[in-house]
Amino acid sequence: MTNPTSSGRLNMRLGYRFNLVGVSALGIILLWAGVALFAPQIIPHSVGEIVDADYFGPMSRDLWFGSDYLGRDIFSRILMGARYTLGISLAAVSIACFSGVALGMTAAVAGGWCDSLLSRFLDALNSIPSKLFGLVVVAAVGSSIPALIATLSVIYTPGAYRFARALAVNVNTMDFMVVARIRGERLPYLIASEILPNILGPVLADLGLRFVFIVLLLSGLSFLGLGVQPPYADWGALVRENIGGLPFGAPAVIFPSLAIASLTISVNLLIDNLPRRIRDRSAE
Amino acid sequence: MTGNLVEIRNLRVEATTDAGRRVEIIKGVSLDIAEGEIVALIGESGSGKTTIAMTLMGYARQGCAITGGEVRVGGVDMVKLSEAERAGIRGTGVAYVPQSAAAAFNPALTIMDQVIEVARIHRLMSATEAQAKALLLFKALSLPHPETIGNRYPHQVSGGQLQRLAAAMALIGQPKVVIFDEPTTALDVTTQVEVLRAFKSVTAQHNIAGVYVSHDLAVVAQIADRIVVLKDGTVQEMGATNDILEGGQHPYTRELLAAFRPKAQQREPDGKSATKRPLLEVDNLTVGYGPRSRDGQPLIKAVQAVSLKLDQGRNLGIIGESGCGKSTLARAIAGILPAHAGDIVFNGRELGKAGRNRTRNELREIQIVFQHADTALNPAKSVEDILRRPLAFYHGMRGKTRDARVNDLLDLVRLPKSVRHRLPGELSGGQKQRVNFARALAAEPTLILCDEITSALDTVVAAAVVELLKELQRELGISYIFISHDLSVVEAICDEIIVMYRGQKVEQIASTRLAAPEHPYTRLLFSSVPKLDTRWLDNLERDAEQVRAYGHP
Repeated sequence: MTNPTSSGRLNMRLGYRFNLVGVSALGIILLWAGVALFAPQIIPHSVGEIVDADYFGPMSRDLWFGSDYLGRDIFSRILMGARYTLGISLAAVSIACFSGVALGMTAAVAGGWCDSLLSRFLDALNSIPSKLFGLVVVAAVGSSIPALIATLSVIYTPGAYRFARALAVNVNTMDFMVVARIRGERLPYLIASEILPNILGPVLADLGLRFVFIVLLLSGLSFLGLGVQPPYADWGALVRENIGGLPFGAPAVIFPSLAIASLTISVNLLIDNLPRRIRDRSAE
Repeated sequence: MTGNLVEIRNLRVEATTDAGRRVEIIKGVSLDIAEGEIVALIGESGSGKTTIAMTLMGYARQGCAITGGEVRVGGVDMVKLSEAERAGIRGTGVAYVPQSAAAAFNPALTIMDQVIEVARIHRLMSATEAQAKALLLFKALSLPHPETIGNRYPHQVSGGQLQRLAAAMALIGQPKVVIFDEPTTALDVTTQVEVLRAFKSVTAQHNIAGVYVSHDLAVVAQIADRIVVLKDGTVQEMGATNDILEGGQHPYTRELLAAFRPKAQQREPDGKSATKRPLLEVDNLTVGYGPRSRDGQPLIKAVQAVSLKLDQGRNLGIIGESGCGKSTLARAIAGILPAHAGDIVFNGRELGKAGRNRTRNELREIQIVFQHADTALNPAKSVEDILRRPLAFYHGMRGKTRDARVNDLLDLVRLPKSVRHRLPGELSGGQKQRVNFARALAAEPTLILCDEITSALDTVVAAAVVELLKELQRELGISYIFISHDLSVVEAICDEIIVMYRGQKVEQIASTRLAAPEHPYTRLLFSSVPKLDTRWLDNLERDAEQVRAYGHP
């Protein structure tokens, strides 16, 4: 940013600076989001239809990413899988972060026994290994999409709670919190108006990171056969289905893995390169 | 080598903002320092005084770069050296004493290890030799227990001692120039005297040249041979200390001098006040921290049985050094920290000890303004949002009436309307303190507790804030309780002054009778305030017994 280029001028107008890596990462995420939204309209073949006589077929003009272990079109299956991977993860991360952050801020502001009780309870939840917890829940209630979302959000709430509480405790000691308290403000105003705006940046970064964890855990559960059940398949399930193609170097196992990698890496890169507000705007 | 030890010629430093714009912060400064001479750089914050001092080590802060001119120290141009060559000179040729020694020491290492670190890094001498040398420096800086103080950890010595130890650390490499970056700003006046004396004798003894960065003209008057007045990165005026103090020509220098001599309050004592009902009466208030013992007393008592009385429209000052309990007293009155014993009667009604036991109206009538406007204003909210909240909360204002009132408040504290949409981080220190004050005014209180509100501000800005407080009092008839460690500020605004020491009120004195304090601690405190007189420190004779009883050597 030494010479004012045209992108520099655009940045100035928006009041934010956004670098190239961040823009490309955001592009990939938006691409996958678009795919998830419009998958039924754009898939070239039906997901369940066997289109190739051969199994683990190579890439061709008709079947872009080859065929899977039953001879189905892997390209269409990945596009449809994006719905499950993105949708379930997004729902779970929203629930986990919302409840975790709300509870964390409440604990920090209220303090005392409320803080101790919440912290110990969520620490106890946190101490259960996440995959094992998933296994137990699926064994007990069976695998369905609502159950998956609920399980994933319960697993990731304690982490979000700890993170938000640690941030909120720091903000809570500032003088403006004392001023607000002595003005006579109540808890909802304190957490929503005084604390939240100050921790929003890190909380959003944490949300992105937790999204990645959930995508990976969901893929892991699906790989073990506990996640999304056939005939539907998310990306993790696609890898598991086609794991037999690994000795043949089949594209059917490589492309779902690449899809998982591209999404998680993009989210990470976006978090590291979030647009930053330009404070010096006197050149406008 | 000819001429002066330090020669700065046409120095330019540029900073790059986050929008990629370049700003010149030092605009062609030239100055010389002779061997053994101490030159003071004085000016408000942002005037570039620390930046210039740092260039003596060839250093520019992150985002800044030296873009022109030369800085010759002992004939070597620091600007042209490589980073490795500069590192060789730092500590041995030029050394640095930071503003906050507490932040500069590593809490995990003993003091001795850190003091002799410079000798070890530059391989100047063996560890035993370095320790022997450190011992001599400790003695020269008149530190107590010089033989054993090196074995302690930084948190085991007082702030004034740590500041002198930081000087020892800087001096051990036998530098020719030492940079003192506001080394006494964070200290109490009683401690400051000792530290200044130590610095003065050591620099004279070793014939060390120094750059003394400060915004306090009276401190500088004691230690500097010459004064350089800076503003906006340019030299405004330069001259021998006496000439500047007595005949400063430049308007900014005059402003600085004028700010240092606040006009004593010209208020005739109000004859009717005796019959009036007092606004605030505090009776035997005890406040403390920590768990309560069996008899219901707190572990640490910060305020012990303090009583005070304040009449409507009058002002009360509370002074004392850090840790004397003056802020705790204010917090107890405001209800932030519930008192353990005693009564607070406001307008004839007894107040609940904790804020949550008071009614909204009682909370509204007493407002508190904190020292650090940076932390007292929510950095994520605009000035407008900050001021709107108390208006809606206490007065139920909405929409246009509220917006008009926000404009009125900004007018009251002399801020332009354009700051409405700014965030606190985009305002200067003085502006932030005004917003902080406007928020208290928004509640329409009858009493404002001002907790060191001018301590973080420059002399000129602080004087303007005090002026503003006086004007508001005339317009709105508010009372103030003004807490400060700076006698001159309290003197300018208060009718009565309470002196506190270790949680107890030692004396209450009318501002008209300040010249004749009775309690020995008050005498010590008042005599420690530096005066605009170059001979003040040398002539100051302190009663050794008083210093032993109340000082922190």
